[in-house]
Amino acid sequence: MVLKVFFPSCCASAESGILIGRWISEQNSAVILAVVHFPFIPVQVKQYLSEVQQVTKVSISVLGSWSNSKHDKEESLNEFLEDLGTIFSHEPWIQISKEGNSKFWSCSTLQKHSNDPKEEEIFLIYYDQRKVMLSHLHPPLETASSTEHRAEDASKLSAIFDTVAKSKILFMTDRYDDGPVKLTHWQSDGVEASIIVELLKQTSVPACMLLTFLLSLVSGVCRSRVLKFWPLSFLWSNLSTCEQLGHRLQHLQVISSNRKAQNQSQLMRKANIFVSLLIDVALGMLLMSWLYRKNRIGHLADTLIPVADHVAEELQDLLQWLMGAPAGLKMNRALDQVLGRFFLYHIHLWISYIHLMSPFIEMILWYVGLSACLGLTMALCILSDIIALLTFHIYCFYVYGARLYCLKIYGLSSLWRLFRGKKWNVLRQRVDSCSYDLDQLFIGTLLFTILLFLLPTTALYYLVFTLLRLLVVIVQGLIHLLVDLIDSLPLYSILLRLCRSYRLAAGVKFRVLEQQDGKPLRLLMQINPLSYGSVVQTYRLPTYSCYPKDSWTSLCKKLFLGELIYPWKHKGEKQD
Amino acid sequence: EERWYRSASGAPLALRRRQHSASCRELALRCPRLRLRSLSAATSAAWLAAYGLFLLTENSTVLSAAIIITMIGLIMYLHFVKIDQESLLVMGSLGIQVTSSYASGKESTTFIEMSQVQDVVINEAIHMQKVIYYLCILLQDPGNPQGVSEVVPLFQSSKPRLDCLIEVYKSCQEILEQRKMAPQSS
Repeated sequence: MVLKVFFPSCCASAESGILIGRWISEQNSAVILAVVHFPFIPVQVKQYLSEVQQVTKVSISVLGSWSNSKHDKEESLNEFLEDLGTIFSHEPWIQISKEGNSKFWSCSTLQKHSNDPKEEEIFLIYYDQRKVMLSHLHPPLETASSTEHRAEDASKLSAIFDTVAKSKILFMTDRYDDGPVKLTHWQSDGVEASIIVELLKQTSVPACMLLTFLLSLVSGVCRSRVLKFWPLSFLWSNLSTCEQLGHRLQHLQVISSNRKAQNQSQLMRKANIFVSLLIDVALGMLLMSWLYRKNRIGHLADTLIPVADHVAEELQDLLQWLMGAPAGLKMNRALDQVLGRFFLYHIHLWISYIHLMSPFIEMILWYVGLSACLGLTMALCILSDIIALLTFHIYCFYVYGARLYCLKIYGLSSLWRLFRGKKWNVLRQRVDSCSYDLDQLFIGTLLFTILLFLLPTTALYYLVFTLLRLLVVIVQGLIHLLVDLIDSLPLYSILLRLCRSYRLAAGVKFRVLEQQDGKPLRLLMQINPLSYGSVVQTYRLPTYSCYPKDSWTSLCKKLFLGELIYPWKHKGEKQD
Repeated sequence: EERWYRSASGAPLALRRRQHSASCRELALRCPRLRLRSLSAATSAAWLAAYGLFLLTENSTVLSAAIIITMIGLIMYLHFVKIDQESLLVMGSLGIQVTSSYASGKESTTFIEMSQVQDVVINEAIHMQKVIYYLCILLQDPGNPQGVSEVVPLFQSSKPRLDCLIEVYKSCQEILEQRKMAPQSS
């Protein structure tokens, strides 16, 4: 097999020394982490390495020697380096040497216990140490599920990434420290840190504690017995605003917990929730500032009552049209008048209710608009709830029409069975034949005829109100879809992919560098970033999403039979 | 070295083989470039249609919309659709890297590790009324050493004919054979 040497590109200009890193024997590859310079005492080097190995649990050892001679080759140095091979016994002992400023290095191995002294080929692969240390390798989604095979065929790449990532402590000492060993690695010119990041870390602990305290107060209030009584609990479960509020409180709890994130996905989740909340609140503040400027709330309140009046008038016109001869169809006059007058009375009640509320509308809207500072999603949920409240009469009409139609359909089907001499057996859940008396048959047939001829009228009312109700449901559904999108989009991951694409790696790519005969093959290993689609799919935040409960066929069946439809189902709702 | 072959639809393709070392080979297939004739024909057809619509509707936004749509369509075609060169880099005991470079300069790369590669084979496929040959990499199933979990087709947009595929197949197999011989030595 080819011998692969992974060399960090930051050590290319280092002084001569010995190479330390990890040897992966099953893949015949050596991952070099740092270069230790002269002078050093071998015992101290071995002690240092065993200390590092205890902390990082990565088997680091001395792998070979590195000589960077700016002048002509020095024979004594070569012999000295070969003698080092006997002190730090490692099989095979890798010797890399660079002459002057040449790009082409020579690399050879010393094997003491090999029975076949064949020259094996060497690949020299350069890698950027800092990027490989910080990046996180994402396995393809299909293999991520089969975890039982993970231990057996640990892929080469993840072994290399793990080695560099876990050896962070090795990179903490720079060349200005006074220690027993002098190393060269990517941070050997000085450890960098940002003041802002350190300040944020210091302030985050008391901020988290304060937030946890406030949240415990709020959740204590929410769980108190007062709010469990029937009208309030019914209201809480039906208003989407309360669900969104609960969802956001959950998010805040995740962020403010004191435990540090264990692994990459938890850290990204926390960061995504934090950025999503921040953007939400920022957009909400923007909306609020736009609303409260130039007295827009007042204008909104002023137009609300005329709009509600207009909708009621349109409905009245519609009912008058239905009471006449709608689309040229001939209705049953008596039933028509009864239903029409019934619905008109309801509209009249609704209008009087709205007019009763009109002096308080502006104040209510003003205070409700303040809640937009909690976030744009909250404002959208309140909008959806206001629409639901304003179109409550349409919902009532739909329920009346549906119940009437449903009753009629059931009556018709049962009397149709009687017409044919059959009966529905409730015990056996099937249709059985039955002998009826003459007077039962007579009355049954009469009722069947009456219901059949009244069917068109009821069906028309049902159709009209179902269409209106579906319109309102579609509008509410669109608003909820938008809220869902804002809730679940992983903005931090997308920004990370845009700005620091090496942090999210889908794999690596190799580039062949200039070659020279007799010297080992030089390759450059770069990080291949994840595509935006996979970023969104991997790091999506889970939500209480609304998705259509029924398929199209069952929806049509329910509409035909007159059963009440609630098309959007929330996750966590009880199934009935 | 470079040799000329034909694609499945008759267009000329150039195959360039480079041997970087005993275990590393690069095979690059260059597709025919975008021709000025077809580009200008498509653009003038689109703009004539827009001008006809403008004469009908007397609305000048139709013209500006046609210009913007043609520009955006051309940029998206060059960046996402038109592939200039497809190459295969086979590195013994490291892996196989498949690169497609688009006309706008974008390169999309996939690297498959050698432990996941079971074999490289030539397959036949029935496409409309033709039978075409394509080269593909068989990936190993982690649970079943003999099974195949996925098939990765290569050279999908250039679609070379069988003679070119045989050359590429021979080059790949020479390197893949080395890993079968490796456990026996040293």
